[in-house]
Amino acid sequence: MSFVEYGDTIKDGDTAIVFLGHESMFPVKVQHGGVTQTKYGVIRHSTDLIGKKYGSKVTCSKGGWVFILHPTPELWTVNLPHRTQILYSTDISVITMMLELKPGSIVCESGTGSGSLSHALIRTVAPTGHLYTVEFHQQRAEKAKEEFREHGVEHLVTVTNQDVCKNGFGVSGIADAVFLDIPSPWEAIGHAKSALKAEGGRICSFSPCIEQVQRTCLAMEEYGFTEINTLEILLRVYNVRTISLQIPDLGKAAEDNSSAGFDSSNPSNQGSPGTNLQQGTVQFKSGVPLKEMVGHTGYLTFATKSLF
Amino acid sequence: MAVEWGLSPRICEGDCAVLKRGDVFKAVAVLRQRKIIFEKQGFYLDNAIGHVYGTTFEVTSDGNLQPKRQVEETTTETKEAGTDNRNIVDDGKSQKLTHDDIKALKDKGIKGQEIVQQLIENSTTFRDKTEFAQDKYIKKKKKKYEAVITIVKPSTRILSTMYYAREPGKIIHLRYDTLAQMLTLGNVRAGNKMIVMETCAGLVLGAVMERMGGYGSIIQMYPGGGPIRAATSCFGFPKPFFNNLHEFPLSKVDSLLCGTLSLETLPSEPEDTALTEEETNGLVDEKQTSVQGTEEESSAETAMEINQTEEQETMDINAEDAEFKENKERENKENVREKQRKQWERTKKLTEAAALLREKNADGLLVASKFHPTPLLLSLLEFVAPSRPFVVYCQYKEPLLECYTKLRERGGVVNLKLSETWLRSYQVLPDRSHPKLTMSGGGGYILSGITVVLDKGKSDSSNLEALKMEEPSSKRCKVQDLCC
Repeated sequence: MSFVEYGDTIKDGDTAIVFLGHESMFPVKVQHGGVTQTKYGVIRHSTDLIGKKYGSKVTCSKGGWVFILHPTPELWTVNLPHRTQILYSTDISVITMMLELKPGSIVCESGTGSGSLSHALIRTVAPTGHLYTVEFHQQRAEKAKEEFREHGVEHLVTVTNQDVCKNGFGVSGIADAVFLDIPSPWEAIGHAKSALKAEGGRICSFSPCIEQVQRTCLAMEEYGFTEINTLEILLRVYNVRTISLQIPDLGKAAEDNSSAGFDSSNPSNQGSPGTNLQQGTVQFKSGVPLKEMVGHTGYLTFATKSLF
Repeated sequence: MAVEWGLSPRICEGDCAVLKRGDVFKAVAVLRQRKIIFEKQGFYLDNAIGHVYGTTFEVTSDGNLQPKRQVEETTTETKEAGTDNRNIVDDGKSQKLTHDDIKALKDKGIKGQEIVQQLIENSTTFRDKTEFAQDKYIKKKKKKYEAVITIVKPSTRILSTMYYAREPGKIIHLRYDTLAQMLTLGNVRAGNKMIVMETCAGLVLGAVMERMGGYGSIIQMYPGGGPIRAATSCFGFPKPFFNNLHEFPLSKVDSLLCGTLSLETLPSEPEDTALTEEETNGLVDEKQTSVQGTEEESSAETAMEINQTEEQETMDINAEDAEFKENKERENKENVREKQRKQWERTKKLTEAAALLREKNADGLLVASKFHPTPLLLSLLEFVAPSRPFVVYCQYKEPLLECYTKLRERGGVVNLKLSETWLRSYQVLPDRSHPKLTMSGGGGYILSGITVVLDKGKSDSSNLEALKMEEPSSKRCKVQDLCC
């Protein structure tokens, strides 16, 4: 396994995702002799995991079972150990497309944070591209390096421990795209510009507050960036549910019911929506929005470094 | 296989490029002495050849392009502005220049920038407007009179934005942020073996090809006579990108799954000839629309001027229409031979695609079509390896509700998620930041999930049911309580 290549079978040293059901999952580092506890019982790595196919059902000691999934940047994002606030796949998707990333792209990123976006960027630019990521927090930078090594992608990424606002990205004139997720992105726009290729490139800055966006936009304009565009992307998730609504009793006689109201529109009781007059309910399938949704992650400001 | 694509930063003859004016895009083929009509302006691209992508050009009065250097800001620096609009009356007489005056200025070939300056000088109310209103006035006039066009390299970002704005119907209203979700949720990357089923003019296919960068393979499932790749051709992918692009007719999926697909007999099958004919018709239609496109821009059908043909010969025929008629008979004979050759090639490609599908080890499935998603999913998932993502797009939510239910019944999938994204744009200006007035009402819905090993046998499916019930049951009750 690697985060940039699918493998069929689980091997020693792999990072696998244990899927317990209904979005309940966690990552596990597969090791000879290793054991993992789940609520369905113990998983013994040597016998239960190594050599099995990814996607297999694994029976745990208490008779319950789980699925073992191949890691992807998206699964990692929802399972990684948080060292900072992270970017989720909804924002990551738009960032990747709007920065025009593809195999071979050279990307600069700061800060590395927990590496949620980093994994997605590496996935997209592999096998010929490279990610230069800058993190001013030494411990986080080291932890990120360690993870990249464990995930088999260290050859595609360079982690630098420095302050991007003061020292920049450590590269110049080679990047196709720059991504900033730092508290004061406007202080790094100059460095971003010099990191980008002479013939141009794309930049994105992620900020939760509109004041940060305003200062960033001004800085971008000052440095000659064009096509400055700020947007926000919101994910709405729906639960698929069968809903039954009761039919009100308006005092009508039982015989009349068959010729009036809902029944006439749906005389044959095929599929949903279905009526059940005996119980006095109508059933239908609905996509029900979650009770609470993420209302704001951050504003994404994109711009192009143009030629002049 | 590794192809360095997009390295040449210069505009070359024969390139696929995108014209950009403000927020409006148009994909064109860069050809010499060919008039392009864009945003009610006609011009030639000849002068643009050799310039770097991203260059901004001004359209001169004779229809040529002239590179524009850094914008010299119109120096209305000695700013005089009012504080509010209490004394500004709309009497319709504030602009001293008449329509005819403006037309005369334009006819003289005066630069747009100067026309804007004149309009400002002849506006009696301009000085009384607030600074912000002046800004807005200038911007509006600039947009109208200063014709600057930037030529950019095509990308998924640009083409998907362009299609969504110009021809959303052709891509079943798949908004660009939704396409972005599909690529990410589908873990599309170099080296994958992807199955793509789309009726989005080849836009989704192009997006997948861009993300795979020529590494790995793609099998495009197509309905009807052949895959439509009008949008794919706008990307200007290098030839090697097509080496591992396969196609397989949707109508043969069932027989492939049953093991009754017989390739040896295919070329002589009557329906196959019908397919070829259909394809030829398609080409003629495309030719007609592309001719129209050069004549009248207003037609909604003609956003793309790039010929949608893959074969060089057909392109030549398009160019020399008169000769085409004269040589019709000879052509016809050649056509028969050509047809046979094509058919043989089709069979060969079909054999390859069938072999790839039979391995049943695809790394992902992307569906974005006008068809009902449920039957597509239930069949096409058979070709996907376990622990791989799949993503289905649908313009409407209801079919995905059914698809969700049917996939749950089938089993072999986990982490099913039905979602939608909302996209909101912002105006960010000092003291004037707010969400844009309008936002897109709908960009479609996505159902995504991950395949797992599908156990055959009753005991397992009931077990699966148990797992399914175990987790969300409490939640389900809550939701139902809420709704009732």
